[in-house]
Amino acid sequence: MTIPMLELRHIRKNFGALNVTDDVSLTIPRHELHAMIGPNGAGKTTLIHQISGLLSSNSGTLLLNGEDITALDLPQRARKGIVRSFQITSILPHFSTLENVALAVQARSGSSFRFFGRADREAVLNDAALAALTEVGLRDRANLRAGLLSHGEKRQLELAIALAAQPSVLLLDEPLAGTGPEESAVLTDLLRRLKGRLTIVLIEHDMEAVFSLADRISVLVYGKIIATDTPQAIRDNPEVRTAYLGEETA
Amino acid sequence: MIMRREILPLSIFLAFAVLPLLGDFGSDAFILSIVTRVMIFAIAAVSLDLILGYGALVSFGHAAFLGIGAYAVGILSAHGIREAAIQIPAALIVSALFALLTGAISLRTKGIYFIMITLAFGQMAYFFAVSLAAYGGDDGMTLPGRSLFFGYDIVQSERAFYFLVFACLIAVYVACRMIVTSRFGRVIRGARENPQRMEAIGFSLFAYQLTIYVIAGTLCGLAGFLLANQTQFVSPAYMTWQRSGELIVMVLLGGLGSLNGAILGAAAFLLLEEGLSHFTEYWKLYFGPFLVLVVLFARGGLMGGFKRLTGTDDGR
Repeated sequence: MTIPMLELRHIRKNFGALNVTDDVSLTIPRHELHAMIGPNGAGKTTLIHQISGLLSSNSGTLLLNGEDITALDLPQRARKGIVRSFQITSILPHFSTLENVALAVQARSGSSFRFFGRADREAVLNDAALAALTEVGLRDRANLRAGLLSHGEKRQLELAIALAAQPSVLLLDEPLAGTGPEESAVLTDLLRRLKGRLTIVLIEHDMEAVFSLADRISVLVYGKIIATDTPQAIRDNPEVRTAYLGEETA
Repeated sequence: MIMRREILPLSIFLAFAVLPLLGDFGSDAFILSIVTRVMIFAIAAVSLDLILGYGALVSFGHAAFLGIGAYAVGILSAHGIREAAIQIPAALIVSALFALLTGAISLRTKGIYFIMITLAFGQMAYFFAVSLAAYGGDDGMTLPGRSLFFGYDIVQSERAFYFLVFACLIAVYVACRMIVTSRFGRVIRGARENPQRMEAIGFSLFAYQLTIYVIAGTLCGLAGFLLANQTQFVSPAYMTWQRSGELIVMVLLGGLGSLNGAILGAAAFLLLEEGLSHFTEYWKLYFGPFLVLVVLFARGGLMGGFKRLTGTDDGR
């Protein structure tokens, strides 16, 4: 049996009496694109926070490639290869687009306790950053201040940052949120190209994108996973239809 | 070709370099001693700018390091050790240790709590100095003279001391410039803008912030060593919370996160204080509103104004 890339065992999170994540167990094999859907308030983002280490879990175990990483915090997990994007765009607005990405390269390339030599002139960092920017189609924006990018470009930048951090697991929290149809098409194409190269956990409300991209889909309702299956099987699942999809198709 | 953004620091240092050559200030070294004081506080302000401007960590206890550096000179001198080769390492090491200890605790808090806890540590240092009865207590102590360098009394003259301080300022400035543009400095600047983003790509910020805190404290300890030598007097007054506040004002006045600004801010603060106090003993009555106006209207302090004038505003 091969070791799954990511395994959640009985993960819980409660805020007071509210169970936001209620005994979630999930196994995600290497290089799967796993989508997480569910109505608003189902606890999708909370679960991503718990996997990334931004929020600690009340109980449960998290395994990355067989290694127990439950006790690690956000930066430690990032160094282990779990890299995330945020629902609300999170970049360094006063840094150039290139430097935003170069920092992510820097995090994975040698020590950052170096006090001499200009970081923005390190070819090793800049070359890798440019490669990531090229990948997401932002190469010609490299020297622009990141705060001046359009919303869609900022989402592309966030993906470039995540890619430059060399993730083994990429957690994407609504990467298409707030983008127009054209921007959304660019990003969906990008995700399609990443598919199969990385293990990806994707939260997204754009059902068209989710069903065309995902290898498997989990449906989260009130903090519980009610079904995990292939897109076709999820579409046909009566329980899912009533709990979630039904609301949209009815 | 000299980059446009290098013009300002070069002008500042050129001005400091030629001032003693302009005239023979003779025995009345008043101007020389004021500018020396400006440069000493510029070192302290530059060091504070590392954490306040680049790290967005509002430390309200930075004057403690001035005091520690000064007391290293005072206490060692009281025991007959006037050798700078011993005093300077002592000042730097004790400052670094104090920064390491207090920083490790303070940096576990954020925002207003960080301000309060650094203030508390600053006050602890102050009252500790007050309680040092053997070393003058509340009144402080007069030094037997300036420090010796390898046994030689070479900074006894105001002019020689001026150049010593000038050399220290250049060294500190150059070191800080390197630090803020290095890999390490980029992590610190990134954490100022968006700490969560930095953690999400794998930087455990505590270690970086503690390091910059220790560097800043150590450099300010050097300023303390120089301050004690200039005045040949050491007292707890060097580390009052008002003095910490003045250092913050210097950095704000000059413009946060631009080392040039910290030097300009220190100069503007001390020269205004000196100038206004000649006209009236109520000089603070005029100085206060002036500061309010700068904060309200000159966004980015003196450096902000300078950048807007020269068109080198890169928005940082």
